[in-house]
Amino acid sequence: MTTALFAQYLFAGITYGILYAIVAIGFNIIYNTTGIINFAQGEFVMLGGMIAITFNALFPLPVAIILAVMTTMLIGAAIEMIFIRWLDSPSVLRMIIITIGISILIRELALHIWGESVRALPYFQGNEISSVRILGTNISPQVLWVIGTCSVIVVCLSIFFKFTSLGREMRACSANRVAATLCGIDTKNMITFSFMLSAGIGALAGCVMSPITYTQYDGGTGMAIKGFTVAILGGLGNSMAAVAAGLLLGIIEAFSISVVPLAFQDAISISILLIILFIRPHGIFGRSDIARLKEF
Amino acid sequence: MTLLEVKNLNCYFGGLQAVADVSFNVDEGMIKAVIGPNGAGKTTLFNLIAGNTIPNSGTITFQHEAIHKLSPHEIAGRGMSRTFQNIKLFRGMSALENVMVGCHIRSRAGFLASMLKLPWTRKEEKKIWENSLELLEFVGIAEYRDVDAHSLSFGQQRAVEMARALATKPSLLLLDEPAAGLNTHETLEIAKLITKIRDLGITVLLVEHDMSLVMDISEEIVVLSFGQKIAEDTPPAIQKNKQVIQIYLGEDDA
Repeated sequence: MTTALFAQYLFAGITYGILYAIVAIGFNIIYNTTGIINFAQGEFVMLGGMIAITFNALFPLPVAIILAVMTTMLIGAAIEMIFIRWLDSPSVLRMIIITIGISILIRELALHIWGESVRALPYFQGNEISSVRILGTNISPQVLWVIGTCSVIVVCLSIFFKFTSLGREMRACSANRVAATLCGIDTKNMITFSFMLSAGIGALAGCVMSPITYTQYDGGTGMAIKGFTVAILGGLGNSMAAVAAGLLLGIIEAFSISVVPLAFQDAISISILLIILFIRPHGIFGRSDIARLKEF
Repeated sequence: MTLLEVKNLNCYFGGLQAVADVSFNVDEGMIKAVIGPNGAGKTTLFNLIAGNTIPNSGTITFQHEAIHKLSPHEIAGRGMSRTFQNIKLFRGMSALENVMVGCHIRSRAGFLASMLKLPWTRKEEKKIWENSLELLEFVGIAEYRDVDAHSLSFGQQRAVEMARALATKPSLLLLDEPAAGLNTHETLEIAKLITKIRDLGITVLLVEHDMSLVMDISEEIVVLSFGQKIAEDTPPAIQKNKQVIQIYLGEDDA
């Protein structure tokens, strides 16, 4: 394999990997505050892309993206308030069914609103054929936008969770809900907020990836499966592990096409999901004793 | 002045009456203890007061307002804080961070402000940090501030929990068996700490098994047995109370 080809695969791997990581972090944020897996996470990504495309007809691109992220956050909050807030300690199975239902609902609504057509946001800089030369290979500037934006999201989130009151309260809420309420934290608001946050970062990821991967009403499902694989691979609830696992999966996928046909790409990530669920369900970086403490 | 008033409180779990028609008052600035044999309903009583359990009937008045229908976080917001018999700290957070979460109620930086890192948020964040450190010093474990709270010793974890409870700036502090699992030395330390907390002007209501601790520090004692209040008096009077002795030492057959 030539260096140029190697770099090509590597960049493709990092791009997809970090997108998977963002979706996985979305899973983790909600999992940490509620103990449930929100299977509608992929739909947030799709909504972000679709709404930005719609707004882009009226506003310049940056404004459209900001509006799309905010709208998706409001949708996330509304979903939590309508479907989840009023449930009194529901079982995990019930929550899974509810979130799967929500994802189907959003997908069908998106089909009605935007139709089946494949859309895309314009490239943030240049167009399909413009390229930047790095490590002897040509890559699209959009790839750098994806990697850059996702890295900024990851850094901002870790600062948010570590150094702000609200972030600390969310961690407190996930560590011990009873004790958190006794510190005066309204855990229900924290759950709503975690849905907003997940929806927001999902939507932003959906916007930056749209020019490369395109956006279609059912595009969320694939992302959700990859994101879920990454979340499990890293260890549920651990966002930094999700970044590592995301990059790992992305790079494995990218290099796999030099060995097996492109059509097998999804099969590879699903095989990894199955293998990890069989042999190490608490993830590569997770600890089984802590995993057992969670309700899931 | 009465700070907390519990009146005709009843709580059933199925057929079991855990708390039966219990009434008592806690005056401002005192240390009051609730004692009783295992299963007497002490912890249930605490859960009722803190809002973790809803009473079947009866009223709880805190600072002249009925609180028995409020949720725990609302009660905490009104100035009541508690610790647990089995310590509940935030896993994966340092001792200092645990205490900082307790400052939440008193901090008013909103979501947007904290995301944008506005200057006054940073100032408030610094204030919270200093405040929390002071509290860790107050409970005597400031040197462990950056240690993961779960890896501290049992006595230290209890101190973190107390500091966290104090961070909410409570007017009433509920302590559920503060000496459980502690050795004699640690129990003495805790006793000193509880008195120090009272001296700050915080009213303390505690549930405790350790009789020497209760007799040493509390000014009034409520005795529960099978969910009923059987005595309420000063420590010397409780020690002489025939009914209380009977509960603890059993029927005199001779």
